[in-house]
Amino acid sequence: MDLNFSPDELAFRAEVRAFVAAHLPDDIRDRVRRGDESQVADDLRRWQEILHAHGWGAVMWPREFGGTGWDKTRQYLFEIECAAADAPIQLPFGLKMVAPVIMRYGTPAQQQRFLPRILDGSDWWCQGYSEPGSGSDLASLKTRAERDGDHYVVNGQKAWNTLGQHAGWIFCLVRTDPAAKPQRGISFLLIDMRTPGIRLQPTRLLDGGHEVNEVFFDNVRVPVKNLVGEENAGWTCAKFLLGHERTNIAGIGASRRELARLRRMAGEAGRNGAPLADNPVFASRIAQVALELRALEVTNLRVIFGEARQQAPGPEASMLKIRGTEILQRITELQVEALGARALEYEGDGEDVPRAVGHYMNLRKLSIYGGSNEIQRNIIAQMVLQL
Amino acid sequence: MDVSFTEEQQMLHDSIRRYLASDYPLEHRAKTIAGEDGWSADTWRALADLGLLALDIEEADGGIGAGPVGTMLVSQATGAGLLLEPFHSSAVLATRVISLLGQGERRTMLLDALASGDAVAVLAHDEDGGWFDARSTTAEPDGDGWRLHGRKARVYHAPMARWLLVSARTQDGSGVFLVERDAEGMELRALRTVDGQRAADIELDLHLPADARLGGEASAALEQALDHGLAALCADALGVLDRTLATTVQYTRDRVQFGTPIGRFQALQHRMADMYMQVEQARSMSYLATSACLGDDAQARREAVSGAKVVVGQAARRVGQEAVQLHGGMGMTDELDVSHCFRRLLAFELRMGTTDEHLRALHGLARAEAA
Ligand SMILES: Cc1cc2nc3c(=O)[nH]c(=O)nc-3n(C[C@H](O)[C@H](O)[C@H](O)COP(=O)(O)OP(=O)(O)OC[C@H]3O[C@@H](n4cnc5c(N)ncnc54)[C@H](O)[C@@H]3O)c2cc1C
Repeated sequence: MDLNFSPDELAFRAEVRAFVAAHLPDDIRDRVRRGDESQVADDLRRWQEILHAHGWGAVMWPREFGGTGWDKTRQYLFEIECAAADAPIQLPFGLKMVAPVIMRYGTPAQQQRFLPRILDGSDWWCQGYSEPGSGSDLASLKTRAERDGDHYVVNGQKAWNTLGQHAGWIFCLVRTDPAAKPQRGISFLLIDMRTPGIRLQPTRLLDGGHEVNEVFFDNVRVPVKNLVGEENAGWTCAKFLLGHERTNIAGIGASRRELARLRRMAGEAGRNGAPLADNPVFASRIAQVALELRALEVTNLRVIFGEARQQAPGPEASMLKIRGTEILQRITELQVEALGARALEYEGDGEDVPRAVGHYMNLRKLSIYGGSNEIQRNIIAQMVLQL
Repeated sequence: MDVSFTEEQQMLHDSIRRYLASDYPLEHRAKTIAGEDGWSADTWRALADLGLLALDIEEADGGIGAGPVGTMLVSQATGAGLLLEPFHSSAVLATRVISLLGQGERRTMLLDALASGDAVAVLAHDEDGGWFDARSTTAEPDGDGWRLHGRKARVYHAPMARWLLVSARTQDGSGVFLVERDAEGMELRALRTVDGQRAADIELDLHLPADARLGGEASAALEQALDHGLAALCADALGVLDRTLATTVQYTRDRVQFGTPIGRFQALQHRMADMYMQVEQARSMSYLATSACLGDDAQARREAVSGAKVVVGQAARRVGQEAVQLHGGMGMTDELDVSHCFRRLLAFELRMGTTDEHLRALHGLARAEAA
C-alpha cells in the first residue's frame, strides 16, 4: 500500500495546474472567487469551450465519445486542481448525468445527436426528477406521459429544477404506466425546453438567489425518438445515473478551497487586535475540520481505487456524500464565525461578507439534494450494515 | 423562588402574540422588508396602542413597569412573530438607558416620546473591534460642550430613529450622549441585515452641547442596560426557536413520503426530540438571565446573561439548521416560515456580541473569580 501519488500522476497534476493557471480567464476566476453568480451561465459556457478546445471537455467520458479516457485518479486530480484555482464547476447535468445514460442506454442516433453538443457546451441540460409531492420518495412521481402516435404528451409538474432558466434540454422521469408498480411504470424522456406547453416559475431561496425553478408541463408533445431505453424501464436509467459519477461526490476540491479561504479569513480577522488564527479555541476548530477533510480524502481515494477494481460504485458513495457535505457545511459555518458581527451585513459589498454568509445559507442544500443525508444513512444502514 | 408567571404577565404575552399572529402575516412582513423604510408605521402605532412601548418604563415615569419578566414575555412574542419594528432597540434598550441615566424634564420628554410611539431612539454601542471592546468612540470636553468622535457599527434600527444614544469613552470612564439622527457631523450608512432588518454604520465627528451627556459616568448603568437588552434579545430568540420547532414538527406531520408522514420516521423523531431539548435549555438560560436582571449582583447578572447568549446562540445554530434540513427542499425557500426563522436565528448569534465573544467573557469572569 502506498497513499502517495505516483511520479506520473504528480506530473499530470502539474500539467493541469499549469493549464488552468494559463487559460482560466481572470474575470471568470474573480467572479467565482467572489461568489458572484450574475453571469454564471456565460461563465460556465466559456469555461466549457476552453476545456473542450484543449480536448478536456469531458474528463470522465471514454475516448470513443470524445472524452479524455482518463482513469479515476486523473479525473480526481483534475477536479481538485480546477476547484483550487477557482475555476467554475462543470455543471453535472449534461456531462455527468444524462451523457452516461445516453452512452449506455441511448440509440446510436441519440448518441450522435446529443453527445457532441454536450461536449462543446452548446446544449445546456437540466434535471427533471423531483416533484412537489415526490422528493425522497422519487418513485411516487406523477408527471404523466401518454402515447399519441409517434409522440408522448406530457402533463405535470417538476420542482427544484436547478438552473433550468438557462437550459435548452431537460431529462425527465415520467410515468408511462400508472397501473404498474411505482418503479415499473416510469420512463426516461429527453425534452426540448422550447417545446410549447413548458413554463418555468422561479423559486426564491433562503439566500435570496434564483437557482431553482418549478417547471410546468401542459400537453407538451415529445417525439417518441426522445425516449431513452425502453418504455417503462426508466427507473433503471435513473438508478444508473444516480450511481454513476462518484469521483467528485465528496466535493474534496471545493472543501479544500474553502478551507484555504477560511484560513486566510482567520488570519486577517482582527477582533481585539489579534487574528482569530491565534486564538487556540478557533484554531482548534479549524484543525478539527481540516483533519476530518484529510480523513475523507483518503477514504475517497480508497473508494475510487476500490471502485476502479470492482467497477461498481457501492453504497460507500453514500458515506462520501454525507461526510463531504457535512464538512463543507462546517467550513462555511466557521467562515461566518470568522467574520463575526460583520456577517450581519449580508447585502454589503465586501469580498468575504456576502460570499461567506450567502454560502453558509445556500449550502444547507448540500445535505438535502442528491438524495438527502438521511436517505444516504438509510442506505448505509440497509446495504452496508444489513440492518 | 417562583417559576410561574402572574396572570397579568401572561396576558401581556398572549395579547401581543395574538396580535402578531393575526395582523402580522409573512406577506405583510415581506412587503415591509421590501419597502423603503423597513418598518411599518401602522404596526408601530398598534404596538403603542397595546401599551407595549411603555412596558419597560417605571410606573413613576408614567409607564407600565413590567420589568425584566414582562419584557422577557413580550420579547418572546415579538420573536415568535418575527417582528421587524424596533421594539427591542427602542422600547427596551434605549428606554432602559434613559431610565437609568436620564434626568429632569428631558427624561420625561424622552420617555414620553418613546412610550407614545412618536419617536424611536436607539443605543449606538457596537463597534468593529468587538462587543466588549466597543470603546474606540471618544467624547472629550470641547469648549462649553463635547467633541464626539468615532465609529459605530451595524446599529440596529438607527435609520428609523430620531435619537441616537451614543456610548463613548470619557475622561472619567464612559458616557452616553444624546444625538439627533440628523445632526451635522454624524453620517449614517444604512444597511440591511441578514435577517431583513435595517441598521446603520455610523461615522461621528461632531460638537455637542454640554447637556448632551445623559447623566454622569455611565459604565455601570450602560452595562446594566446592555445586559437587560441582551436578556430581552435572548427571549426574542427563544420565541423564534419556539416557532421554528413548532413549524418543523407540524411540517413533518403533514409531509408524506413513502406513504407515511415523515414525522413517523424514528430517525427524524430523535432529531426533533433533540431540538426540543435544545429549546428547553435555551428557555432555562433565558429565564436565568431575566431573573438575574431583577437582582443587583452585577457579576451574577453578567454571568447569567453571557451564559444565556451562548446557550441560546448554540441552540439557534443547531435548531435553525435542523429545521431547514427536516423541511427538505421546502426549507430552502423564501416562501415558508422556516427560512425567515433561520435568518433571524443566525442574526441572533451575531448580534450584541457573538457566541464566541460571550464564551470568552465567561472565561474571563471565571478567571477573575479564581484570582
Ligand atoms: C437547491 C436545490 C436544488 C435541487 N436541484 C434539483 C434538480 O435540479 N433536479 C431535481 O430533480 N431535483 C432537484 N432538487 C430536489 C432534491 O433532490 C430534493 O429536494 C430531495 O430529493 C429531497 O426531497 P424533498 O425536498 O421533497 O424532501 P422530503 O423528501 O420531503 O424530505 C424532508 C425531510 O425528511 C427526510 N426524510 C424523507 N424520507 C425519509 C426517510 N425514509 N427516512 C428518514 N428521513 C427521511 C429528508 O431527509 C428530509 O430531511 C434540488 C433541491 C434543492 C434544495
